[in-house]
Amino acid sequence: MRYIPNSPEERQEMLRGLGLGSAEELFDSIPPDVLLKRPLDTPAALAESELLELFESMAARNAAARRPSFLGAGAYSHYAPTIVDSLIQRSEFFTAYTPYQPEISQGTLQAIFEFQTLVCQLTGMDVANASMYDGSTAMAEAVLMAERVTRRSRVLVSAAVHPEYLSVAETYVAHAGIELGRLEVDEASGRTALDAAALEKDVAAVVVQSPNFYGCVEDLKAFADKVHVAGALLVVVVTEAASFGLLRSPGACGADIVVAEGQSFGVPVSFGGPYVGLFATREKYARQIPGRLAGVAYDKQGRRGFVLTLATREQHIRREKATSNICTNEGLIALAATIYMTALGRRGLQEVAAQCAQKAAYARRQIAGIEGYSLPYSAPVFNEFVVRAPSDAAALLRKLAEGHNVTGGLALSRYYPERPNDFLVCVTETNKRADIDALVEGLKAS
Amino acid sequence: MTITKATTHVTQNEALVFERSQPGRRGYRLPALDVEETALDELLPAELRRDDDLEGVPELSEPDVVRHFTRISTWNYNIDLGLYPLGSCTMKYNSRLNEKVARIPGFANLHPLAPAEDAQGALQVMYELQQHLAEITGLPGVSLQPAAGAHGEMTGIMMIRAFLDARDGTTSDEAKRRKVMLIPDSAHGTNPASAHLSGFTVKTIRSTSEGLTDLEHLRELCAAGEVAGLMLTNPNTCGIFERNIKEICDIVHGAGGLVYMDGANMNALVGVARPGDMGVDVIHLNLHKTFSTPHGGGGPGSGPCCCTAELEPFLPVPRVARTGDDAYRLDFDRPQSIGRVKAFYGNYGMHLRALAYILTHGNDGLREATEAAVLNARFIAHGLADTFDRPFDSPPMHECLFTDKRQTRKGVHTLDIAKRLIDYGFHPMTIYFPLIVQGAMLIEPTESVGRAELQQFVDAMKEIAREAAEDAQTVLDAPHTTRVGRLDEAAAARKPVLRWRPAEAAAGA
Repeated sequence: MRYIPNSPEERQEMLRGLGLGSAEELFDSIPPDVLLKRPLDTPAALAESELLELFESMAARNAAARRPSFLGAGAYSHYAPTIVDSLIQRSEFFTAYTPYQPEISQGTLQAIFEFQTLVCQLTGMDVANASMYDGSTAMAEAVLMAERVTRRSRVLVSAAVHPEYLSVAETYVAHAGIELGRLEVDEASGRTALDAAALEKDVAAVVVQSPNFYGCVEDLKAFADKVHVAGALLVVVVTEAASFGLLRSPGACGADIVVAEGQSFGVPVSFGGPYVGLFATREKYARQIPGRLAGVAYDKQGRRGFVLTLATREQHIRREKATSNICTNEGLIALAATIYMTALGRRGLQEVAAQCAQKAAYARRQIAGIEGYSLPYSAPVFNEFVVRAPSDAAALLRKLAEGHNVTGGLALSRYYPERPNDFLVCVTETNKRADIDALVEGLKAS
Repeated sequence: MTITKATTHVTQNEALVFERSQPGRRGYRLPALDVEETALDELLPAELRRDDDLEGVPELSEPDVVRHFTRISTWNYNIDLGLYPLGSCTMKYNSRLNEKVARIPGFANLHPLAPAEDAQGALQVMYELQQHLAEITGLPGVSLQPAAGAHGEMTGIMMIRAFLDARDGTTSDEAKRRKVMLIPDSAHGTNPASAHLSGFTVKTIRSTSEGLTDLEHLRELCAAGEVAGLMLTNPNTCGIFERNIKEICDIVHGAGGLVYMDGANMNALVGVARPGDMGVDVIHLNLHKTFSTPHGGGGPGSGPCCCTAELEPFLPVPRVARTGDDAYRLDFDRPQSIGRVKAFYGNYGMHLRALAYILTHGNDGLREATEAAVLNARFIAHGLADTFDRPFDSPPMHECLFTDKRQTRKGVHTLDIAKRLIDYGFHPMTIYFPLIVQGAMLIEPTESVGRAELQQFVDAMKEIAREAAEDAQTVLDAPHTTRVGRLDEAAAARKPVLRWRPAEAAAGA
């Protein structure tokens, strides 16, 4: 095996040095009745060239990867500058462990500190952690944190939160003594309706996504006012991080916890992962935050460095009393996002967001002009919107893929069988005008 | 062999990206907008738009960004540089080939919500990986959805909860509902944290003087009733195989509970023994340990959950199923499932790398890696046996445990030994874990190092032991060769500074 430095002969010598006759004797402490007495029934070894051929042949079966696409709904195609992937492939970053020994992990630690700062700047919050698994688990952790902070047990979740995020939250709270309630969507605007009367004394938090699953930008300020009067927390979820470049930050609107999916920042869609969860909150809740935090520290000579800090919140110290069970997070993906945010910078993040919104506006106008098609929601959008087709959307999108080589969006029937004709279209800066026009032509012809 | 200390690290004084920022610098260029521009106010009303112009976000050129991240990277130790013997972390070689596989455009550009018929290759990868993990663990039900080890633990423990509720009924008296999760005192901290998240009360099992689970205590706790299950790491966190594993499983099963195995230490078992054959009901694997997907400075990980046929109905949705000859689909119709633990299907890029690892090794190579990993740990255990205190006599598996007992007389502790190792060019071992062993040093070399480097490590450790006896101050002041010395972590936690702020704002704070 070419990844094992010691040759079989060297290993024999090492065994002899230990007074052992064979490799089998290394496993003498395992009782014979649990030893596997046959070779594993997995394939024989492949050479590098054979392995690449095999994976290339499987990749070729993913037709969707080669088509212009208008899929979003939690995973977004944005252009990543070449340096993002190039830099994260440095051995020093991708083959390092969690920075438990700060003196020889300053690169990782400083990058985490920069990531935390950038997340605070974009979300408009005070404190951000070193990352969560993804947006969905970050939202579930926010629900758990809201219960810890308020000691209240009901959490109201907007029906316009990504349905998979909602499912994850349901799993996480199943044994936590938290009840999830639901806030309906106003069918005219596409925004979440919040009746102040729903905010009873046991409500720990209101969870709202903006732009929401249907692409509509919520009026977060109005939410914050009502939620705070009731003594609850406002949790804002963002699945399309590119929107931070244009939309009023959740922090500026009064959010108490902001969670987001950071995949838009230089991370390939890669069939759903690995992505990176962003988690930010107010200063006063810093000690209730889940996961790792990097902070400034100094050595005896007064040199600035960074360490993992406030570890008494975490599982390796607090065990069952920890704020979360998370240990490994998404370090390298957080680094990719940090490099992306730095390369695009103050101007680029705004320009990407503006292009997304402009192109989506163009696509909306074009699609709305097709006979039989309509846009059911009136609220402002960022780069995603629902289209109501004259017939079954899934069948229509199938025809578009096969006949016009374009993935036209997501049929909402995947999550909501009662909405057979609706589909969700996402437009980013990577969609050329010609692609949008091809989509429109395809819809007209179908 | 003479010991040569590592040269000092590259020590550029690289500032934070925010401190480097210069107004007007740009590190990107987008294509010109190719649609008619809409007035901003028409797109979105002003009150929904940012009004801070992203103040504080850095402005840098492309070379600035590349130099910045390259410079700070040089302050990191990494596997490609040398032995990284963190016990329980399995810092083995991360193949470049696997990185290439994960970046094949047909996978990297595939949207998770693409229709299954247009994503057959991606589903095939998941299905085949599931099959291989089932064979390796001897547990037929596999979900690749959990994103890391602790996430897999939570998944497995929630499945136990769901299984017990289905078996015993949830309508029965709540007070009679099994709520106790037994966890050895040597366990990873994630175990009790995951059990708590799943609604269980944790009871701790003692370890014996041999470093094994105390069977008498286990029997006692099981006899007390309410036992839902046991969470066990095997080989345990002392690096010792729990030779009574079958009996342990029988005791727990006899008490009506289930056995969860923390698979963090599977690198000692692949191709040699299978948890399913030991009586384990559910296990998580760390693809970022045993199957070499890169740790990335703290993730992404991947923590697949493997279970018995009995527990399979409770695995997260969706499942990847094979429908016929070479056709695959996502199965959402699993009424007993615990639900979703993550959006989409898990850390897919890690699934690709792990499958590439399995296929590159082949079945014989997988066993060969296990043998080489255990042999390397034995080599170190043997080499250091006369110099450092060994808390347990049992022969180690893939990692070996020592303490600082002999060095503390001179005031040198595990932390000091770890820091001094840095000066000798090695990453330290895992320290102060497991918690049951005072001054623990847990060393896991993995199969990815040759004997010359193992010997250098042994020599360095012996040299540090000599220094501890003769020149303790040198050890106490270590490391001497890094960009920063020991950092004051206590002060950092007292007044946490968790983000950069502009100088004037920071001064005012």
